[in-house]
Amino acid sequence: MARVTLEALRKRYDSGPDIIRGIDLSIEDGEFMVFVGPSGCGKSTLLRMIAGLEEISQGRLLIGDTDATHLPPAERGVAMVFQSYALYPHMSVGDNMRFGLRIAKLARAEIESRVGRAAEILQISHLLDQLPRQLSGGQRQRVAIGRAIVRKPAVFLFDEPLSNLDANLRVQMRIELTRLHRELGTTMIYVTHDQTEAMTMGDRIAVFNGGHVEQVGPPMALYETPANTFVGQFLGSPRMNLIPAGGASPSVWQPEHAAQTALLGVRPESLGLAAPGQGWPVRVDVIEHLGDTTLVYLSAGDLPLCMRLPGGRCDLQPGQQLHIAPHAGGLHQFDASGRRLSTQ
Amino acid sequence: MKRPQIAPYLLHALLVLFFLFPLLFMGVSAFKGDEMQLLRDMGTLRAFLPVGELSLQNFRDVADRTRFDLAFWNSVGVVGLTVLLGLLVNSMLAYALARFRFPGRRWVLGAIVALIVIPFEAIAVPLLLLVNQLPWFSEGQWVQGWLDSYHVQVLPFVANAFSVYLFYQFFVALPKDLEEAAQMDGAGPWRIYWSIVLPLSKPVIATVAVLQFLARWGDLLWPVMVVRGDEHATLPLAMQTFFGQFPRQWGDVMAFALLATLPTLLVFLVFQRWFVRSVISSAIKG
Repeated sequence: MARVTLEALRKRYDSGPDIIRGIDLSIEDGEFMVFVGPSGCGKSTLLRMIAGLEEISQGRLLIGDTDATHLPPAERGVAMVFQSYALYPHMSVGDNMRFGLRIAKLARAEIESRVGRAAEILQISHLLDQLPRQLSGGQRQRVAIGRAIVRKPAVFLFDEPLSNLDANLRVQMRIELTRLHRELGTTMIYVTHDQTEAMTMGDRIAVFNGGHVEQVGPPMALYETPANTFVGQFLGSPRMNLIPAGGASPSVWQPEHAAQTALLGVRPESLGLAAPGQGWPVRVDVIEHLGDTTLVYLSAGDLPLCMRLPGGRCDLQPGQQLHIAPHAGGLHQFDASGRRLSTQ
Repeated sequence: MKRPQIAPYLLHALLVLFFLFPLLFMGVSAFKGDEMQLLRDMGTLRAFLPVGELSLQNFRDVADRTRFDLAFWNSVGVVGLTVLLGLLVNSMLAYALARFRFPGRRWVLGAIVALIVIPFEAIAVPLLLLVNQLPWFSEGQWVQGWLDSYHVQVLPFVANAFSVYLFYQFFVALPKDLEEAAQMDGAGPWRIYWSIVLPLSKPVIATVAVLQFLARWGDLLWPVMVVRGDEHATLPLAMQTFFGQFPRQWGDVMAFALLATLPTLLVFLVFQRWFVRSVISSAIKG
């Protein structure tokens, strides 16, 4: 187990612009850290830099107390699970797991004991003699994790490991990975573009955008107090509504930072029906019944909004005119650059 | 019910026959012991039919009049070694070009592609002058010139631009994740090449092996230029013995040719599974 420290890490290819633009981050020993962000934000590149698969252009990487900036991958004490699983197709499941241990020249008995133990944890003992092509997606994923476990790494790196699985299996594997983290207690860094995975699995989340970190913190802290509109909109589904402050009725919000406030952010579940003449006047466009909740898509003039109402049934009709207002504490104020000012 | 399509089958059958005719002619003629009958049949369809007096006389002649066994083993040794060394050298070069980043990589690749279009005939004479000057360590001392040896028939053909190109194309298409996973497992470039890349390259290995084998097995030009006498002669050169005789014994020639062709069929049968797969996958991968 180890703490991972990134000090002003930068990455650029040849003379191009920085892909990773100076990242300072400390991942605690035994922590489950999730890197989340849209495609091309640099989260996978950063993970590969930690793994040693990409050179670090500038800055320093510490794994434990060791400066790992220029260490080869195998000497960093990290193991990686790839998006494609990257199982060696010509080797049996057992040999896939033994490969790294054989290179490390471990004793045969030690190798067998580690493989046996990992297979037991992941419930793949019966698959050890099979070839990867004979396995299902979920089983392959387990083998890929098993291959990482047997090496007893100080840090596990996961690069979008669930993105090739179907929705049901993804939920199941999400739970299993969380359980595995609890059992092993090893530091884990997990890259995903799926905000549900980020919210449900991480002790902390780092939200990436354009090669830098927008905000780091526990999932609920980020959800409840996003540092800016990007984080506010990236976490949460459907995404946070952003409303220009100028058009809002004074009854909706207390103008604490009135001068600087340019945007108001309200999550769909923080919106509710208001008495006529109060809040924002809107028109109902589409209603989606999700069973436990109802999503109501609205328009306030040209501005599309979304409201989540509790319960699967509601008597609203498309085309209906109504007024909506945020619940107390559900209104986030942002300045013109998108930075958060306060939450009311 | 859908009517069976006869036309495509007929066309295929015709094509098969078209390609089989020379083989059939060779096979049938090899068993025609009477040289006069063979010559009479040549102008008619009987040339393709096992008619008349059939015997193993021609094969006996081959065994008696030529050193077929020596030439056969020379061919096996020379061609086998060329193919084996070629697989190693060319795949290693291609792997380095496909995966390592070093200055001049693109130039080397460009030069290799350019070399493919240069026919051997264009470099045969300069190559002959070169090998005639090169030193070789033999019987405890350095000697000048490689002529009349096995290595002169092997070494110039080990490195092959087309083989490098085939390997290169295959390696760049291999998923990089596998090699990165091996890197994470602690494997160095050699280990990755041996344990991961080569075992996954059976289709391209089969393709290169078959193509190189066919090219070397049937080569006559170079052996004619560098080998004199029977000792180092390969099959195509040994077959020339018949063309110096008069009257020319076509039955013997055919028996010799048939025997010389069998190993190529064997090699193709052994590698066929991967070879065909490779050709198919190169067709559908785009």
